[in-house]
Amino acid sequence: MQTDSPFNRLETASAATVTIEIDGQPFTAREGDSVAAALLAAGAIPSRTTPVSASPRAPYCMMGVCFECLVEVDGLANVQGCMVQVSEGMRVRRQNGARALTQGDVHEAV
Amino acid sequence: MKLYDLVIVGAGPAGMAAATAAAEQGLTVAVLDEQAAPGGQIYRAISAPALRDEGILGPDYYHGRRLLAPFARAAVDYIPSASVWEITREREVRFSAGGQARTLRAGRILLATGAQERPVPFPGWQLPGVMSCGAAQIMLKTSGLTPPAPLVLAGSGPLLLLIALQLHRAGVDIAAVLDTTPRDNYLKAGRHVGGALRGWKVLVKGLGYLARLRASGVACLSQVSQLRAEAGEDGKLARVHFTHQGQPRTLSATSLLVHQGVVPNVQLSRAIGIDHRWDEQQLCWRPVTDSWGETNIPGIFVAGDGAGIGGAAAAEQAGRLASWQMARQLGCLDRQDRDRLATPVRRALAPVLAIRPFLDVLYQPAREFLTPSDDTLVCRCEEVTAGDVRRFARMGCTGPNQTKAFSRVGMGPCQGRMCGLTVAQIIADTRQSTPAEVGYYRIRSPIKPLTLRELANLGDTDQP
Ligand SMILES: Cc1cc2nc3c(=O)[nH]c(=O)nc-3n(C[C@H](O)[C@H](O)[C@H](O)COP(=O)(O)OP(=O)(O)OC[C@H]3O[C@@H](n4cnc5c(N)ncnc54)[C@H](O)[C@@H]3O)c2cc1C
Ligand code: FES
Repeated sequence: MQTDSPFNRLETASAATVTIEIDGQPFTAREGDSVAAALLAAGAIPSRTTPVSASPRAPYCMMGVCFECLVEVDGLANVQGCMVQVSEGMRVRRQNGARALTQGDVHEAV
Repeated sequence: MKLYDLVIVGAGPAGMAAATAAAEQGLTVAVLDEQAAPGGQIYRAISAPALRDEGILGPDYYHGRRLLAPFARAAVDYIPSASVWEITREREVRFSAGGQARTLRAGRILLATGAQERPVPFPGWQLPGVMSCGAAQIMLKTSGLTPPAPLVLAGSGPLLLLIALQLHRAGVDIAAVLDTTPRDNYLKAGRHVGGALRGWKVLVKGLGYLARLRASGVACLSQVSQLRAEAGEDGKLARVHFTHQGQPRTLSATSLLVHQGVVPNVQLSRAIGIDHRWDEQQLCWRPVTDSWGETNIPGIFVAGDGAGIGGAAAAEQAGRLASWQMARQLGCLDRQDRDRLATPVRRALAPVLAIRPFLDVLYQPAREFLTPSDDTLVCRCEEVTAGDVRRFARMGCTGPNQTKAFSRVGMGPCQGRMCGLTVAQIIADTRQSTPAEVGYYRIRSPIKPLTLRELANLGDTDQP
């Protein structure tokens, strides 16, 4: 996992942590982090490449508007990482290029 | 299917205040919000703020606790992490929570869905390392995270300065704050100075942010134009180029935070078929409502920034006004009592709203962000440039739905949230028309992605 220039963590009110996996590597996130925040804290940037031109992208709005934070979470592709909170043992995978449609991953077809 | 007197979408200041007021009048109320905790954008994570040091975000943020406490005590079914993707004219509310799709029926519906930041298209805005200012603020509130230095902020409006100040207090080293407000705006805004004087408290607050930034030694450059982000060899942001007082300048940057104000989040109100009008001062679409927030679809109300930008204090009051009118319609409140409650609230709202025309005109984005240069990506999802949109407009496309058919602009997962305003503005500009005439994308449900499995299970489980 790339770990250059990660976001910096200030002193937080609660110290509770959650261990997740990013592309198979363990990462300690803070309880309450969104998946997108955890990726930025881990320096896992770019967090995806685009289906059209494979250009690198990272979370932009953090509030569910831009869909730049799409990631695979526990096997489910195209999840908005900024709208889901981390949980213990969660497996996050960065998406490169287009995702093949699999079961449970069909929202574009709806 | 569970029936409520009132279903509210959004637990920001408008939704929390409305829910509390409606429950006080005896209405059965459900509140749905796609976030994991109440608060909306301004009071995000207010039930468990991440930061230990409360001085960083400042008292306006912690004011949210005064709304949260009565909301938490009220007899309200609050359903967090619930994304509403369809509302029908028959007042059925469909949403997904925890991988399950469900439907609620409602006597009345209040959309308190708030605002999103205006898209800020400029060359390089899609690079990793460029984020919206609001995104950085969300990370402070929910995670206590700050972006890596060197950090540059660029844009216009009070929220830009507030967030710069919050990051500065958080100990972030800010290389520069680039103010892109065009000089002409000051003259244009001068015409509305009467309203600004009535709402002077808001104005003084905004000026205070700038004064404090300057006093702390943060470089604040005004009249910046020609903003451009450039990538390094790794494909991530490396440099920010701009023009300041006629001179080209370049700064090294790992993070660039941009902001050009906020606009109503109209995805849901459009999908329902509510009438919208183009606001010439705020340069955005807003749903048409009466003075209580009711739309052209009977029984469906909009309150807060989703009905037109008025700020958090106004949102809170608009939520209450809507609830009292709905309580009146449902026979829980008579006309006299409704007016007795509403009159002081309307009086308090007047100065807050009086300053809007001044602020809206002062902070109108510069042309380069409304109609960006040809090489700028407009649709980030489908990677369509401003030049492409101009080409199709010249070929005869008269509106966003046509350019969408030709170029896929607006067809990606964000459903036009990041390009709709820009595309309409570019078409209007190219065809010498107006965004009001050019119109907007036809928005259809579901307004948020959902899986077939969720759709298939719809209706099996409808008890909260
Ligand atoms: C990122 C951001 C940061 C801001 N920060 C500040 C600040 O620090 N100070 C300030 O004065 N103003 C701030 N604002 C301006 C802000 O719009 C208002 O001050 C205030 O939050 C508006 O209140 P509201 O209740 O109308 O909407 P919001 O507070 O925006 O609340 C709307 C709620 O609706 C929910 N929602 C929207 N659509 C759906 C859906 N389909 N399904 C389920 N839930 C949905 C959202 O999750 C959100 O919680 C910010 C705006 C943004 C966009
Ligand atoms: S970062 Fe914009 S949708 Fe998640």
